Amino acid sequence: MNNLLTAPAIMTGIGLFFGTVLAVAQRFLRVDEDPRIEATNELLPGTNCGACGQPGCLPFAEKLVAGEVEPGQCTVSTDEAIESIAEFLQVDAGRAEKLVARLRCAGGSRQAHQIAEYRGFEGCRAAAVVSGGGKGCAWGCLGLADCERACTFDAIHMNANGLPQVDTEKCRACPDCVAACPKDLFELVPLNQHLYVQCNIPLAGEAATQLCATACDACGRCAADAAPGLIRMEGNLPVIDLAAGGPPAPEAVYRCPTNAIVWLDREQFQDQETRKARNA
Amino acid sequence: MKSFRRLRRSFEHGVHPAHYKEQTENLPTQRMPFGEHYVMPLGQHIGVPCVPDVDEGEPVRRGQLIARPGGFVSAALHSPVTGTVTRIGDFRGVDGGFTQAIGIEADPFSTQEVDPEAVPDWQSLSLDAFIEAVQMAGIVGMGGAAFPSHVKLSLPEGVAIRHLLINGAECEPFLTNDHRLMLERPAALLEGAEIMRQKLGAVETVIGIEANKPDAIDTIRRHIPDGHPVRVVPLKVKYPQGAEKMMIRSVFGVEVPAGQLPRDVGVNVNNVGTIVAIADYFLRGMPLIERVVTVAGPGVTYPANLVVPLGTPVRDVMEFCGGLRPGSREIVMGGPMMGRPVASLDVPVLKGCSGLLVFAEAPTTERREYPCIRCGRCLEACPYFLNPSRLARMSRARMYDEMKDYHVQDCVECGCCTFACPSNIPIVQLIRTAKDDLAHRKEPGE
Repeated sequence: MNNLLTAPAIMTGIGLFFGTVLAVAQRFLRVDEDPRIEATNELLPGTNCGACGQPGCLPFAEKLVAGEVEPGQCTVSTDEAIESIAEFLQVDAGRAEKLVARLRCAGGSRQAHQIAEYRGFEGCRAAAVVSGGGKGCAWGCLGLADCERACTFDAIHMNANGLPQVDTEKCRACPDCVAACPKDLFELVPLNQHLYVQCNIPLAGEAATQLCATACDACGRCAADAAPGLIRMEGNLPVIDLAAGGPPAPEAVYRCPTNAIVWLDREQFQDQETRKARNA
Repeated sequence: MKSFRRLRRSFEHGVHPAHYKEQTENLPTQRMPFGEHYVMPLGQHIGVPCVPDVDEGEPVRRGQLIARPGGFVSAALHSPVTGTVTRIGDFRGVDGGFTQAIGIEADPFSTQEVDPEAVPDWQSLSLDAFIEAVQMAGIVGMGGAAFPSHVKLSLPEGVAIRHLLINGAECEPFLTNDHRLMLERPAALLEGAEIMRQKLGAVETVIGIEANKPDAIDTIRRHIPDGHPVRVVPLKVKYPQGAEKMMIRSVFGVEVPAGQLPRDVGVNVNNVGTIVAIADYFLRGMPLIERVVTVAGPGVTYPANLVVPLGTPVRDVMEFCGGLRPGSREIVMGGPMMGRPVASLDVPVLKGCSGLLVFAEAPTTERREYPCIRCGRCLEACPYFLNPSRLARMSRARMYDEMKDYHVQDCVECGCCTFACPSNIPIVQLIRTAKDDLAHRKEPGE
């Protein structure tokens, strides 16, 4: 009988002891978390993509509440979501300019000269370590869809020409594809920057054009035709510097012999598709 | 007891590929005639590329210095032919990309003789001067990795070399260039070995040769001069017997710990080709301007062992060997296990190119890949005791950082796992992909 009572008594005693410790801890060691952080986090998309520069959505929410960042730095949220966060926190939305991923190469399977056949397993980085893939151009897109697989937002699809087509609606300018490309061809560019160089080849003249039909041969016509200072030739490629000159105008691309520099209205490689349709 | 000692002459794990050496092992080395164009890439060794020492349009003599080392881990380049420098710029490189190189056009009327350079007497050189001389002779590891040889000679404080180990294993299938070198130039090999041994202060020279080359073992044993502490050790025929850490394990029974070098166990390992190059320079005044290349494989019309001037385009070598047979699909530079396919016939023969193998359709046809059945054969094959199947799966899942915990950096890409895999999983390529990603990782903010 005695034994029967001892065990529950000890358990109750231990329970009471720890209960007291917890109660005291709650009273004296309490940390108040701003309830707005949780609420702001709810309004964020929750993709943890890192495009804002923070490790994830919750750290971004903490910085938002602390006033260190602006809601507009989240490139993934829709405009309405940004507005509601700004309204909730009573701050300025500060919507940043919309960026999209652009590929610095237009040499698909119809343009680039093929010198060998790659027959390893699918993947750009895998092909890059085996004699640099099969394309003659060592700087261009390998076309084996590492970026398509890396994209969080399903915005990249390989087109019939073997180039990644970026859906500008779906692209949220997270750096997934930039990190995935073994040739460093993707860059994040403002959507309304129409003038764009779609080539990465550091060779000039025939050395470049015999590798790819759409290679920049460094003739410099675009630099001559653009507003003074806007385009300069650097390492046999045109570099567009909006700070140094402007405004950009489509005249710069008219005399390009290879379509290496283009005036983009929305997505890349549209002209290649239409040209194909015309030929068909 | 004897059989027990025999067993000891090997390492654990590894594979037994068919050796296919009968195609070229009895063909004496031939000298390839000089062609028209030569390309000398500035980075044909591991380390810093060279700096050109000639200008476009300048005439050069065979054996003349054309590029100086760009740093300590770098070796000089010498012109392989007498002729004129045509261009210094981008040429197609072995890795499929473009690389800085010196283009040379041979003078068709030249006799292509090397004026023996005034080489200082090696015996009177201090160790530092000897190291610099090896660097300026352009000598690199000729087994395939092309690591500058002089770097191995410069030892940090407190490290002493007891054994000079000469690697004549030639464990890669098809290749017979080291075998022929040992048969045809045993005297030069032993002279070079003595130079290296004395300069390193080693007590003994050990030449490790796989037991499938009994003629080479006999020839070298017969040529050992009296009083030279040289020992020839026959080794078990097993791949990768020629990997330096495996060979140390086989010959001395010592394991070189991960992340350490052979010098940490008091051994200096050199390929037979490197040792012959040392003898050629210090005794005959000829820097590294040519090498023995095995041209073999089912796609070659006339297989051969050739002395090829460095910088000769693969196209010229193939034409000299009677061209490619119909149905040839792939040209591999190096051995079939570790060599790399070349993407273009314009690629030149480099210092580290031991073989040019042409494969027809059958052995290179893409074999269908099956799922991993967890049989563990790759684990039993891996001479470094890694877990290749796990590494391959992690690479597929792009868990590159986590692969470091599984010692992916210790992998030497010997290919045993892929050879052993019954499911045809391209394990080495997956590991190589991961290592490439880790090497070129973009840090955030860069």
